[in-house]
Amino acid sequence: MNSDLHLWLIPLVPFAGFLVNGLVGRKLPKALVTTIALVASLVPALQVAAIVTKFGSLTLPYLENHGAWIAAGSFHADFAFQLDQLTLVMLCIVTGVGFLIHVYSVGYMAEEQGYWRFFAYMNLFLFFMLTLVLAENFLLMFVGWEGVGLASYLLIGFYYTRVSAAKAGMKAFVVNRIGDFGFLIAMFLLVAHFGSLSFSEVFSQIGAHPEWQSGFLTAIALFLVLGATGKSAQIPLYVWLPDAMEGPTPVSALIHAATMVTAGVYMVARTHVIFDRSPLALAVVATIGVATAFFAATIGILQTDIKRVLAYSTISQLGYMFLGCGVAAYSAGIFHLVTHAFFKALLFLAAGSVIHSLSGEQDMRAMGGLRKKIPITFWTMTAAVLAISGIPPFAGFVSKDEILYQAFLSPNGGKIFWAVGLLTAGLTAFYMFRLWYMTFFGERREPLASHEEDLAPVHARSDTKLVLEADPHAHPVHESPWVMLGPLVILAILSVIGGFMGWPEALGGSNWFGRFLEPVVAAAHPTSAGGGNNSLELILALTSVAVAAIGWLFAHILYYAKPGLPARMAENLRVVYTLVKNKYWVDEIYGALIVAPVLFIARWLLGVLIDRVVIDGGTLTAGYTAQGFGALIARIQSGNIRSYAGWLALFAAALLAISYFGWTTHFYLQ
Amino acid sequence: MVPIAYYLVLSAILFSIGVAAFLIKRNIITVFMSIELMLNAVNLAFIAFSRQWSQITGQLQVNGQIFVFFVMVVAAAEAAVGLAIIIAIFRARNTLNVDQVDLMKL
Amino acid sequence: MHLALFIIFAVLCVTGALNLLLQRHPINSALSLIVVMSSLAVLYLLLGAEFLAAAQVIVYSGAIMVLFTFVIMLLNAGKEERTHGSKLAYVAGFPGAAALLGLLAFIFISRRGEFGQARLGDYVATTGDLSRVLFRDLLLPFEVTSVLILIAILGAVALARKEH
Repeated sequence: MNSDLHLWLIPLVPFAGFLVNGLVGRKLPKALVTTIALVASLVPALQVAAIVTKFGSLTLPYLENHGAWIAAGSFHADFAFQLDQLTLVMLCIVTGVGFLIHVYSVGYMAEEQGYWRFFAYMNLFLFFMLTLVLAENFLLMFVGWEGVGLASYLLIGFYYTRVSAAKAGMKAFVVNRIGDFGFLIAMFLLVAHFGSLSFSEVFSQIGAHPEWQSGFLTAIALFLVLGATGKSAQIPLYVWLPDAMEGPTPVSALIHAATMVTAGVYMVARTHVIFDRSPLALAVVATIGVATAFFAATIGILQTDIKRVLAYSTISQLGYMFLGCGVAAYSAGIFHLVTHAFFKALLFLAAGSVIHSLSGEQDMRAMGGLRKKIPITFWTMTAAVLAISGIPPFAGFVSKDEILYQAFLSPNGGKIFWAVGLLTAGLTAFYMFRLWYMTFFGERREPLASHEEDLAPVHARSDTKLVLEADPHAHPVHESPWVMLGPLVILAILSVIGGFMGWPEALGGSNWFGRFLEPVVAAAHPTSAGGGNNSLELILALTSVAVAAIGWLFAHILYYAKPGLPARMAENLRVVYTLVKNKYWVDEIYGALIVAPVLFIARWLLGVLIDRVVIDGGTLTAGYTAQGFGALIARIQSGNIRSYAGWLALFAAALLAISYFGWTTHFYLQ
Repeated sequence: MVPIAYYLVLSAILFSIGVAAFLIKRNIITVFMSIELMLNAVNLAFIAFSRQWSQITGQLQVNGQIFVFFVMVVAAAEAAVGLAIIIAIFRARNTLNVDQVDLMKL
Repeated sequence: MHLALFIIFAVLCVTGALNLLLQRHPINSALSLIVVMSSLAVLYLLLGAEFLAAAQVIVYSGAIMVLFTFVIMLLNAGKEERTHGSKLAYVAGFPGAAALLGLLAFIFISRRGEFGQARLGDYVATTGDLSRVLFRDLLLPFEVTSVLILIAILGAVALARKEH
């Protein structure tokens, strides 16, 4: 018998925090706002911790139903929450990392005007993300899905007085919308075929019909993938994530690294029952994942803004997660999600710390030599860089390796996935260490005189709090306060030891994580069958470590030992360099192919033609007609007695006629 | 022996002429007089009907004539007040032309 | 013979009414109206309403029309000017009046059998008959009418008073 876990409380406490801070936060003292925000994010974390302690004694999946939301004929959707291993993992990540980032933000956003607004939105985001994760049916999940998109829009455009921030927010929302459209279609198909949107009902129906393969399930899965590519920034809908760096750094850490963008991966893992029946969809997922991973990594190696590098890195790592799910190794994908949350959040927060200590400088070309000046930031960031590059025994190594191993084993081109993934791992190590060297080593470089040469829309100062013009010596480089460093340290520790959760058997571990998730994500899936063995895994692991080391070596040569080399290489490979530096002109292509026509149709076809001519014209005509008639009839009220008399005579005669002859034309003649 | 219908037709004719005069004439006083003409026409009709009723019931019925009596009284009162109003309007507007008195405000 | 009387005075009525319509000077219209009223008094007599015939002459021709004449004199009403106030009066009014006339005439003539004939001397209503009804059954309306006249006097005085 399950004790009552009050799952509904988990999302609702942050929502209460949002309401309070959002409605009256402007007038409250800053300390109170802080307290409310931190409490609103701590309470769910504590509740999740309590659930963890009780987890062993629960019967799973634990369901909580709070009444019907839609009850229409035979279709109904309830406010229902569920808890199983996958949910618990996501809950821990969202609440734990979320709380740490809230603490960090107290220090980072301390001098912002919109302090209360920031925390209100952050709490709102927590509410929606927790709803998404706890939802027991697609509809409630969609509520969370849309909601996190909204919170992301609000937070990206937090510095709303800046045009680039406002545009970035809009871009994020619109691109997400395209994905949401896919999700919606998938939901419609689900209702059409299964008559329900509840996970348990749909999955049990699928389970009961083993003969259902491909066909409509593929269609549903592909639309779900469209939704996931929007939310998780995969090809072709990744373009919003780099621009989303306009938002404050904690936002990038929480939303665009650890939680929101992982919603797509979570969704695929949650609905794996559908995907398992459709090899085509799985292949699509894997292909998109690995292609995105590689593509984003190539762009990342030439970015100069520290946050942009991390943005493309996020896209790339999300590609890995997609690859993991695409080869039906869902627990590997989720494991990478967990470790990525640790080190990517840490990377962003540390980058924020660097930016904060440099009084707003974000361009890596103006950094350097910070190692001794901000030591704690340096060491925590180092932990994160090592983790993401896949250096053992740090967290990223284990999860990435698991994915690559499963990809290698996968039939239908698994080796190609593995090869591209391996190459990407090398690139990842390269650009991450590039970042590391450029930021912390060497001599401090002067800030660039003109920042326009860097075409990235993110200005050197995306944080408006310090509007000093390029003068790094105005505030000497200082370490960040402990309220910011504390979370960095905690996350660094997690990045180091996090890997041990899922340490593979091949290397002596017990893969606790994989086994923990097995009841949820394991299924009768034909892909990722056995065929592997421990020694293969060991060999592959060593290969990836070697590749990572090679990446590190290249970075060391180009950015530490021989700093003049990158410029000369750029000269020699000018064409390729230009192509990659401009992010393959994807944004421009989208702009010309999609945005421009849509705008044209909206402005001219719909705006002028239909809106002004038809609708306005129609209503105005109706108005003028009424006015005209009114004016006509108003002439009766002329004040002229004789005309009144005329009307009187006329109608008196008419009345007389009617009363004599009756209403019908029946004549009472004798 | 005059058919009562003839009286009624005469009353109708007088009434219509009154209406026509009301519509055509431009002098307020003449318009007023046409109203009096209409009232008289109606009086005639009442008396004719009262006669007819008497003939139908076989007994003298005077209610129609009583009605005419009251009509006369009221017409007198109305004529007095109406002419007073005309005088007041004349004082304000200095015109007796109906077409020029087309605002409510004096 | 009664028919001849009727016809003479009926023609007199209609002529007077038409004259009222056609004359330009209000005083002429007033005098024509007096003719109409007097003829009507005769017609009332033919219908057996003695008292009313007398009252018609005394009240209508004698008082009301005199009042009209006084006012015409007071205001020095002259010949009518030609102004164009309302087209509607001609457009809708005439057909209206004509329709009214036509309708009424049609009704009365088509049912003339029901109305019967009136012979001079039958059913004469004396003053006594009228007063019996007036002072017994209709006493209240009678008294109210006197109040009405009082109010009318007051109103006329108030309205026509010269402002100082």
